[in-house]
Formats: sequence, C-alpha cells, structure tokens
Amino acid sequence: MNWSERISPIVKSVPPSGIRRFFDIAAEMDDVISLGIGEPDFVTPWHIRESCVYGLQKGYTSYTSNYGLLELRQSIAKNIQNNYHVSYNPHNEILVTVGVSEALDLAMRALLSPGDEVLIPEPCYVSYKTCVILSGGIPVPVPTTIENEFRVTPEQLEKYLTPKTKILLIGYPNNPTGAILTEKELLQIADFAKRHDLIVISDEIYAHLTYEGNHICFAGLPEMRDRTILLNGFSKAYAMTGWRLGYALSNPDFIAAMTKIHQYTMLCAPITAQVAAIEALEHGEDEMRKMMASYNCRRRLMIEGFRSMNLPCFEPKGAFYIFPSIKETGLSSMEFAEALLKAEHVALVPGNAFGDSGEGYVRCSYATSLDKLSQALERIQRFINQF
Amino acid sequence: MKDLLQLLEKNHAQTIDQLSTMLDKPKEEIEAQIKQLEAEKIILKYHTIIDWEKANIDKVTAIIEVKVTPQREVGFDALAERIYRFPEVRSLYLTSGSYDLLVFIEGQSLKDVGKFVSEKLSTIDGVISTTTHFMLKNYKEAGVIIDDIEKDHRLVVTP
Repeated sequence: MNWSERISPIVKSVPPSGIRRFFDIAAEMDDVISLGIGEPDFVTPWHIRESCVYGLQKGYTSYTSNYGLLELRQSIAKNIQNNYHVSYNPHNEILVTVGVSEALDLAMRALLSPGDEVLIPEPCYVSYKTCVILSGGIPVPVPTTIENEFRVTPEQLEKYLTPKTKILLIGYPNNPTGAILTEKELLQIADFAKRHDLIVISDEIYAHLTYEGNHICFAGLPEMRDRTILLNGFSKAYAMTGWRLGYALSNPDFIAAMTKIHQYTMLCAPITAQVAAIEALEHGEDEMRKMMASYNCRRRLMIEGFRSMNLPCFEPKGAFYIFPSIKETGLSSMEFAEALLKAEHVALVPGNAFGDSGEGYVRCSYATSLDKLSQALERIQRFINQF
Repeated sequence: MKDLLQLLEKNHAQTIDQLSTMLDKPKEEIEAQIKQLEAEKIILKYHTIIDWEKANIDKVTAIIEVKVTPQREVGFDALAERIYRFPEVRSLYLTSGSYDLLVFIEGQSLKDVGKFVSEKLSTIDGVISTTTHFMLKNYKEAGVIIDDIEKDHRLVVTP
C-alpha cells in the first residue's frame, strides 16, 4: 500500500521539526556537551517524586474528572491568585491538560475555523505554527528583532493584521530568545488586542523563571481576563517536563469547549502526575527558588561568555536560554550549529528552527551544569577563533 | 553575602572571575568579601568530601552518645572541650534528649576506636556513660549522596 498517498494533505504540509536532523548527528557522539536541551537539568525535587510514589501506594491509579482533580484545580487557582491577583473558579474555569502542548492544541481546535489567522511573534516555540495549521488556521508570523530585544510591539503586529485575524498567541518569557515583556509593553499589547477584538493566548510556562522584576500575567491586566486563555504548567518551574502536566485558565464557556475535545481525545491528564503537582504547588516554592537562583548565576556566566567572544547577544531576562547572533561568522544558523557540533562537539539549536527571524542566531540553553557550561564556552571560543 | 556563601559551600574552587560574573558584583568586592569572611572565621575551612571506601582506604567511624554531669559555671563547655581537643574526634554536638553529647570518632580500626572510648572518653571526670554505635555504611555526606545512581536522562536536543 502506498501510505504516503493516503496521509492527510494537511499533515503532509507540515514540515518535520528542524531539530531532528541535528539530533541524529549529536546522538552518535559520546562526548557532546549539549546546550540544546529545552528542559531543566534538575531532576524533579524529591518531595514531589516521593508524593507521587506515596500516591501510587495509596492506589491513585484511576481516571480523574475530565477537568483534573478538583484539589489540584483549587491549588492552581490559589497559586494564580497569590502570584498574579487574578481569580479563576476551580469548578469551571480551569482545565488540567497533558502539558501546555495539549492545552495549546485544544485552544486552537476549539477556536479556529478554516482560514482564521493567528498572529505569532517570532522566533517562537516550535509547535505554535504547527498547532494552528493542524487546526485549519493560518499562522501569521510577526518577526521580531534583536534591536528591540525580540519583544513584539503593536506597530509590528498592526502590519500583519487582516480582517481574518482572530487570535494573538504570545509566549513570554520566550523560548528561544529569553525575552520578557515589561508591564508597559504588555499594556500596549493589551490595548492592541482590545482595539481589534482579538483573543489572546498567553503561554506563560516560563513565568517563574523571570530574573528581573516580577512576571506580569497577561490575564491580570485591566480588561484582559475575559479575552485571555492563560496557559501554564509544571515542566519548567518544578523541573517536571516528563510528567506532562499543564493547565488552561479561561472563561467557563471556553473551558467547556476545550474540555469537550479533551474528554474525547485525552479523557484526563495522568492521575500520578496530578497528585505530584498538588505537592509541587503546595510545598514546592523553596526548591523552585533554589533552582531559579542557580539558573540566574549560569545566565550571567553565559552572557559574559558570549560577550567576551564578541558574539552580540542581548541580556535574556527570562527562561533558561540565551540567543546570540552568529551572523559575523558568515555562516547560516544551521551551518554554524553543524560545524560547531562536528568540530567541537557542542550541540545547540539553530535559530531558524524557531522561525525565519531566528536565522543568524543560535539558541543555547544554560540548563546544564556549571562545569559543562564553562567547557562549552571554551570550545565555542576555540571554534569562533577561526573566523 | 548569603549568595556568595551558598556558592562557595557548593564549590570553593570557583574562580573570583566566575563568582563575580555569577553574582553580578565587581571582582574586587568579591575578593574583599571572601577575605573578610575568612578573617571573621565565618568561612572556617575549605573541605573536600572523599569516598574513602572507594579509595580502598580503611577507616572506622563511630557515633558515641555521651551522658555527662554539667559543671558549675561552665556548663557543658569545659567537658566538651576536653573531648573535642582529641584529634580522633571529627565532630561534637550538644544535643537535647536522652543523652547530652554526640561524638563522631574516626579511627583506623575497631580496636582503635574501642581503645579511645574505654581509655580516653569514659575516664574523663563528669562522663557518666557512653553508648557506641559503629557506622556500617555512609549514604550521604555533607549534602552529597555517596553513590548517586541518578543520571541525566535527557535527550541531546529537545525543543
């Protein structure tokens, strides 16, 4: 049977992830130092793991409510209220999902009709555009630049606005750039969304990893709660990537629509992860702060390292990425990443994997031990010296 | 200062340059702070944690609970000093509960430790009784898990 003929055209139209080929080369080498990993180097704090084990012993192995365990939703509501002063009703305004990835997919499927456009500031997380395409929408990338520290402005968004624009999808602190938006900038975006009556999906998975000032929750801005779908999860703050747990907060009617898809496709998020997540929210603050302090030290080390190599980079103030420009080497992002990997066995991710405006940059994750970061910087320096 | 101490506690071999970058403070300031912390004996000593068993070097460690009679005016301190001055004593704590002092002894052999307890420790005036526990296995030392089997399971490149 010729399977490729039978695969849906929409799936065929999605290009494979730009990271894949790269991964295959790196996986062959045994002394690679990887700055290409988009997840914490910490293992989930022990008290969280231990609570999951205890939960298993107590027999927590069943389905949960489609919305997720009520106790977890109550914890999420309390946490969002305490941190950002926005209140959500745990009974009908919170949906626990399998990672932010599922939440994003559900939101797109519940909102988009064929031809609807979604504004997506770029560079952005790899799945944003694909999620839109798979739901029949049209992703409209809005390029941002290093001159503006990869922050998006209403003027830039305005240029890509059409009568079909329905959603603005933002992710700050940003993967891959580490950019954050200040309150003033967010207010301008909020004003833009209001003027054009757009729905805003705000992916705030890196919220807790903000190194300057406090994270501003988009839903907490005046008049924004009702037009915002707030996405967050446990992967980054609590080093729980593999547990696959996220959540969406929004208007009850919309949460009901997302839940309709979720109940037929996923049923519920794994109960083991949900039990652990309650522990994370209730008692995870101290460990989270320690991890954050550690990232911050490494962040400064990386900025200093790249600047002393004369690779231009702006100061990332969130997440655990730094996004230096490699344009002066004359190589493309992909060429740079491949040559560096082959010559010095350092893996990083070419910036164009995150959209065209990432071309000329590379994403380096500093979620790696200090020793390895120092070694990686030395190797990159040696590599750069050829140019 | 707390930040600096925390970094040094984890690894004192970091360079001033690195510490200065990580804490976003001038090198001179970090250097001066460390000197001052050393002078004030807030930083007492830089220590290395060694897995002696893996190095195949035999050592015997015992934990001894000691009941004592506190002395007028000096309380437990004078007695504690008579005990901690012995080089065999690795650590000494005054504790609440069913005994008073908790002594960590290190020796070459069981005999060594036994001899120390019976000849030196028990015979000190004011020591009422001792209970000796020999250490069988060390799992964690100064915050470090001795035989940590957890590895980095992450893929080389992830989004």
